[in-house]
Amino acid sequence: MAQLLFRDALNQAMSEEMERDSRVYLVGEEVAQYDGAYKVSQGMLARFGEKRVIDTPIAELGFVAVAVGSALGGLRPIIEVMTYNFAILSLDAIINTAAKAHQMTAGQLSCPIVLRGATGAGGALAAQHSQSLESQYTHIPGLICLSPSTPADAKGLLKSAIRDPNPVIFFEHEALYSAKGEVPDGEHLVPIGKGDIKREGSDVTIIAWSRQMKQLIEQADAWSEELGLDIELVDPRTLRPLDMELILASVKKTGRVVIVEEGFQFNHVGAEIAYRIQRDGFDLLDAPVERVTSIDVPMPYSPALEKLVLPNADRIKAAIRAVCYK
Amino acid sequence: MKQTSQLGAHAHNFPRGRAAELPKETLLKMYRDMVEQRRFEEATGRAYGLGKIMGFCHLYIGQEAISVGAAAALRPSDVMMSAYRIHAQAMARGVPPQAIMDELFGKATGCVQGLGGSMHIFDIAKGFWGGWGLVGQQVPTAAGVAFAQKYQSTSNITMVFFGDGAVHQGAIHETFNLASVWGLPIVFVVENNQYGMGTALSRVSSLEPLHEMADAYKIRHYEFNGMDLLESYDAFADAVDYAREHSRPVYLEAHCSRFRGHSMSDPGKYRTKDQLEEEKAHDPIPGFAAFLVDCGVTTHEALEAIDETAKAGMKLILERAEAAPWPDPELISKYVLVSP
Ligand SMILES: Cc1ncc(C[n+]2csc(CCOP(=O)(O)OP(=O)(O)O)c2C)c(N)n1
Ligand SMILES: [Mg+2]
Repeated sequence: MAQLLFRDALNQAMSEEMERDSRVYLVGEEVAQYDGAYKVSQGMLARFGEKRVIDTPIAELGFVAVAVGSALGGLRPIIEVMTYNFAILSLDAIINTAAKAHQMTAGQLSCPIVLRGATGAGGALAAQHSQSLESQYTHIPGLICLSPSTPADAKGLLKSAIRDPNPVIFFEHEALYSAKGEVPDGEHLVPIGKGDIKREGSDVTIIAWSRQMKQLIEQADAWSEELGLDIELVDPRTLRPLDMELILASVKKTGRVVIVEEGFQFNHVGAEIAYRIQRDGFDLLDAPVERVTSIDVPMPYSPALEKLVLPNADRIKAAIRAVCYK
Repeated sequence: MKQTSQLGAHAHNFPRGRAAELPKETLLKMYRDMVEQRRFEEATGRAYGLGKIMGFCHLYIGQEAISVGAAAALRPSDVMMSAYRIHAQAMARGVPPQAIMDELFGKATGCVQGLGGSMHIFDIAKGFWGGWGLVGQQVPTAAGVAFAQKYQSTSNITMVFFGDGAVHQGAIHETFNLASVWGLPIVFVVENNQYGMGTALSRVSSLEPLHEMADAYKIRHYEFNGMDLLESYDAFADAVDYAREHSRPVYLEAHCSRFRGHSMSDPGKYRTKDQLEEEKAHDPIPGFAAFLVDCGVTTHEALEAIDETAKAGMKLILERAEAAPWPDPELISKYVLVSP
């Protein structure tokens, strides 16, 4: 196994799939000559040439919509949006075209795009550049949503996403790009729709993904010790469709659930997970499901305030205590 | 710096020489403003390097003749709106540099109390309406402000800045059409520093010369040398007068260059050292200094003194920003909705 940075794992996934399938190309702002705003596509222009690694003007609706059209026309674009805050401009192409094309044509067309880019709070980037808008996409039928927390999952999921015949929305937390982790050698695919237990435990289930999961992995041993509770970490990895089988198996073991998510609270992804747990696992629960999200406010710039808005150790531990009546 | 000469049907030549007739005090103030902006941005760069300022931070160094020329042409009751490369533009509009630096430090005494940081400077009372982070978003928004100005029969106008990287956003084209059809009193200004992040304009644009795009929308347009304060003032003064008098949009292309990277995290490898040196040869500050001395408005020594004062002022500003209080946690939810 090799130690890889998250960004390099993504780069490998794209490069391997581009070697494998000539219909796959990469398009986005600064992806070619600049090697990517977050250096995810480092070296790819040199390797694959201008035909397949394409810089765009700043025109998110236009270039995303054109790429969506190219998918209808038989190609498999990987569309890099610099961040999901900017992808808001392209929502018409994603929600009204990509997510609808297969159903509206009664299966005559399909739209195999991967939309990928940075999400989340990168650190003092203020209200417009710090959002986690995953639930905007999980809300839409016809889209598959992926959000890896480790370099291995990033690589394996992205490769699956590129091969998938559906539109896939792929979220990369801005603070994860420089995270390091083991990635299996050789062909490594992570199936869409399958979660992963990142830490086995018996007392309480914490469901989280992306950067929040990474932080939990780092803290779980210490917190288990400190709280006298054995924490189980469940990473759904795919946000839609959800791996409810895995989640419910964990709930069956622990009876107690905390969901940690960086997005705004109202209508967040975890609310759907909590609903399904209570519907399908009502008898398994020993306490109401708790959630820890960002506070429902536009992100303030000041570092003094940002840390209060994001999910933090104090709030997560309080939620764990609450579900364990401790 | 690229200048273009093809002129379309709505191209216009603005009268020159108005700036040179400004009162001596005004000319000196304009010089002082440029110097203060430069020193402010240098101080900002240093504070960023020390970790006192965080997040994305874009310096205006090199483009000061535009902010100062524009501000001098506006009335206090007019609106200026812009993107994220704005510290200097806010200063030009009269936002106190201390309030901007405190904002960059994330302090309670910042002009938006620490909520915004570098990209979101606002001071509505001073006519500086920020401060917007999505490339191009301020352009339709500004047209809406101009719509409100017209609707309410004010004689005010709106001036909006955007970059050469923004001109391909569809919303800008939609806005040009609306502004023309509805006769909005707005001055659109593209600051063409030839790069949007690491992308040279010519690689991604079919619009050059940028100002010619206005022809399609029957909007008056022209270009000017944005590295020359006198020319900049003349261009802005004419545009502002026209927008106000006729309630019509104007589109200006300011040719300029930024001497630093796109943001603090950009090493700027897409520009050669020689190219950068060539661009720096057009530095607007020494150019205007030479004019002031040549015309006998002032002396080299007096200009030196202005610079020394500015430098000393920045030192103080940094110290005060450092000492300023952090915002109160209650601020987090104070302005999410308007309180009853
Ligand atoms: C909608 C959107 N897309 C992308 C970005 C990322 N971004 C920020 S500034 C910038 C370049 C803009 O260049 P330009 O308009 O020329 O302005 P300049 O930075 O040169 O002042 C880009 C791509 C963004 N902030 N918003
Ligand atoms: Mg530019």
